[in-house]
Amino acid sequence: MSPLIQVKNVTKKYGGLTANNDISFDVAENEILSVIGPNGAGKSTLFKMISSFVPTTSGEVLYRGERISNLKPHIVARKGVVRTFQETTIFKSMTVRESVVVAQHLRAKASLAGYFWGSKAAKEDVDAFGKYADELLEFLGMSPISNEQASNLPQGSLRALGIAIGLATDPKVLLLDEPFAGMNHDETMQMVDLVRSVRDERGVTVMLVEHDMPAVMNISDRIVVLNFGEKIAEGTPSEIQNNEKVIEAYLGSVDDEIGM
Amino acid sequence: MGFSGKQLMGVGIFLFVIFIGVPLIIAATGRWDFYYTLTSVALLAIASAGVWLTFYIGRINIGQGAFALIGAYVSAILVVKAGWSFWISLPAAGLFAALVAILIGLPILRLRGVYFAMITLVLTQVATLTALALPITNGAKGISSIPLPSGVSIFGIPLIPDFSSMENTKLAFYITACILMIVTYAALYRLVNSRLGHLCRSMQQNEELASSIGVNISYIRIVIFAISSFFGGIGGAMFGSIAQSVYPSSFQVADSVNFMLNCFLGGLGYVFGPMLGTLVLYFGWDLLFEFGKYQMLIYSTILILLIRFLPNGLLSLSIGKGDKK
Ligand SMILES: Nc1ncnc2c1ncn2[C@@H]1O[C@H](COP(=O)(O)OP(=O)(O)OP(=O)(O)O)[C@@H](O)[C@H]1O
Ligand SMILES: [Mg+2]
Repeated sequence: MSPLIQVKNVTKKYGGLTANNDISFDVAENEILSVIGPNGAGKSTLFKMISSFVPTTSGEVLYRGERISNLKPHIVARKGVVRTFQETTIFKSMTVRESVVVAQHLRAKASLAGYFWGSKAAKEDVDAFGKYADELLEFLGMSPISNEQASNLPQGSLRALGIAIGLATDPKVLLLDEPFAGMNHDETMQMVDLVRSVRDERGVTVMLVEHDMPAVMNISDRIVVLNFGEKIAEGTPSEIQNNEKVIEAYLGSVDDEIGM
Repeated sequence: MGFSGKQLMGVGIFLFVIFIGVPLIIAATGRWDFYYTLTSVALLAIASAGVWLTFYIGRINIGQGAFALIGAYVSAILVVKAGWSFWISLPAAGLFAALVAILIGLPILRLRGVYFAMITLVLTQVATLTALALPITNGAKGISSIPLPSGVSIFGIPLIPDFSSMENTKLAFYITACILMIVTYAALYRLVNSRLGHLCRSMQQNEELASSIGVNISYIRIVIFAISSFFGGIGGAMFGSIAQSVYPSSFQVADSVNFMLNCFLGGLGYVFGPMLGTLVLYFGWDLLFEFGKYQMLIYSTILILLIRFLPNGLLSLSIGKGDKK
C-alpha cells in the first residue's frame, strides 16, 4: 500500500538558519507517528510545512500522491490534513460547543447565501453540526464543559479543545503539536488513550510532536527523530530507545532527557 | 429563526417610533428641519454598519468616507450624465463601491491592526484627490443640480412616486432613508447570525486557527470588505441625491473617523450598536453647539471618557451580554 503522507527531501531555511535539512520519511494510513527531538530541532517547522502554514525552501510533501506543501493552509485542511498548535490557540470568546460547531463548516452542504436566506439545506446543516458537536464532545469527555467560554478553561482543557476543534473538521490526518504539554501524568495518560481511540474509532492518521517520552513511547507506532534540523533516526519505539545517535542527541542537550 | 417575544416587541416599537411617532411629533412641533437631521442619521448609520462589519473581521476601517464619496459620484454621474433613474443608480453605486473595495482590498487586507487602519485613513484623501482630478467628476466644481429621484412604476402601477412632484420631499427622503437603514440592519443581523458571520467571528478571534480549520480567510475578508463598502456607497449615493449635489469634499477624513467612532460608541459587540452610536454622536455634536469654540473640546473629552469607561459601547449598559447579538 502506498503511504498516506510522503515527506520528500524537505528543507526549510530562515535566512542563514536551516530549520529543516533534507528531511524524508513516509507515514502509513492509520499510523500514529511521533516526531521528537530537542528544543529548536525543527519539529514545529516540519508540521507547519506539511500543513502549508509556511512554504518549503525545497522539497515537497505529498498526501495520497498529491502535493500539499506550498499551498494555502485552508486548502490543505479541505483535503483532510489538519494541524493543531503548540501554543494555546483557541477562539477565546466562543464556548467550547460554538468552537466545535464553527470548525465543522467544511462539511456544510448549503452555500453561504443559503445560510443568509435560511434555506432548508442550511437548517439541516445547523442541526447536523449541533448534533455532531455534542457527539464529539461526548466522545472526548468534554460534555460537562461544552457551554464554558474558552477563555475560562484551565490549561489541560484548552489542549483538549484544540484537539476537539481539529477533529471537528473531520480530518484524515491530524497533526498534533505537543498535545500533552502542561498536563500531569494522569491527564497525559487519558489523552494518550483518547488519541489512540481517535485513530482506532475514527480512522484518523495521527502525527504528533511531543517531549513527554513515556507518552511518546507508549503511543507511537513509529518515531522520527530530528536534531538541529536533520533527521537522525526513524523506527519503532524500541529501535529509537536503543539508537546511539538518539541517545547522544538527547544527552548532548541540556534541557531535555530521554526518559525511558 | 427564533425571535423572542421581547425582541419582536422591540422591533415593533422601533418601527412605530420611526414611521408614525416621529412624523406626528414633527407635525405637532412644526420642526420640519428635524426630518433632515434624522435622514442624515439614518444614512450615516448605513455607512457605519459597513464599518462595523469590517470590525467584525478584526480590521479597523477608517476609510468609509472614500466609499461614500464613490457612491455619491457614481449615482450622480449615472443620473446626470447617463440619464439613469436614481433608483437604478443607487444599487449601481453600491456595487461600484464594492468593486473598488475588492480591487483595493486584495493588497491591503493582508495588513492587520494599525497598518490596515493607517492605509484606510489615507483612502478618503485619495478619493477626494481623485474626484478633483478626473474630468468625469468635474473637479472642484463637483456635480450640482442633480434632479430629484423620479417615479418608478411597473406595468403602469406606481411603486415610488416622483419626488419632484411632491410637496414634502423631506418626509419622502426620511421614509426612504429609514427603509434603507432597516433593510441594511436586517441584512447585517442575518449575516452575523449566519455561517458567514460565524466564520468572521472565528477570524476575528484567531486567523491562524481559522485557516487551520479550512476557512479561506483572504476570500472572506474580501467579501466582507466589499459588503462593507457597498453600504458606504449606498449611504453616499442617497446623501448626494438629497443634497442634489456632490463635491470632492462631500465626505472627508473627519467623516471616516466619525463612522468609526459611531461603531465604538454604540458597541462593537452589538449589531445595532452603530445605529445607536450614530444617533448619539450626531445629536451630541449638535447639542454642544451652544458651547461655541469649546464644542470640540467638550465633545472629545466626553468621547474619551465614554470609551474609557464603557469600552464595550453604550449598548453594553442596557443589554445583557450577547442578548441582542
Ligand atoms: N519564523 C521563523 N523565523 C526565523 N526562525 C525561525 C522561525 N520559526 C522557527 N525558527 C527557528 O527554526 C528552528 C526550529 O524551530 P521549531 O519551532 O521548528 O523547533 P521545535 O523543534 O518545534 O522546538 P520546540 O521543541 O522548542 O517547540 C529554531 O531555531 C527556531 O528559532
Ligand atoms: Mg515546536
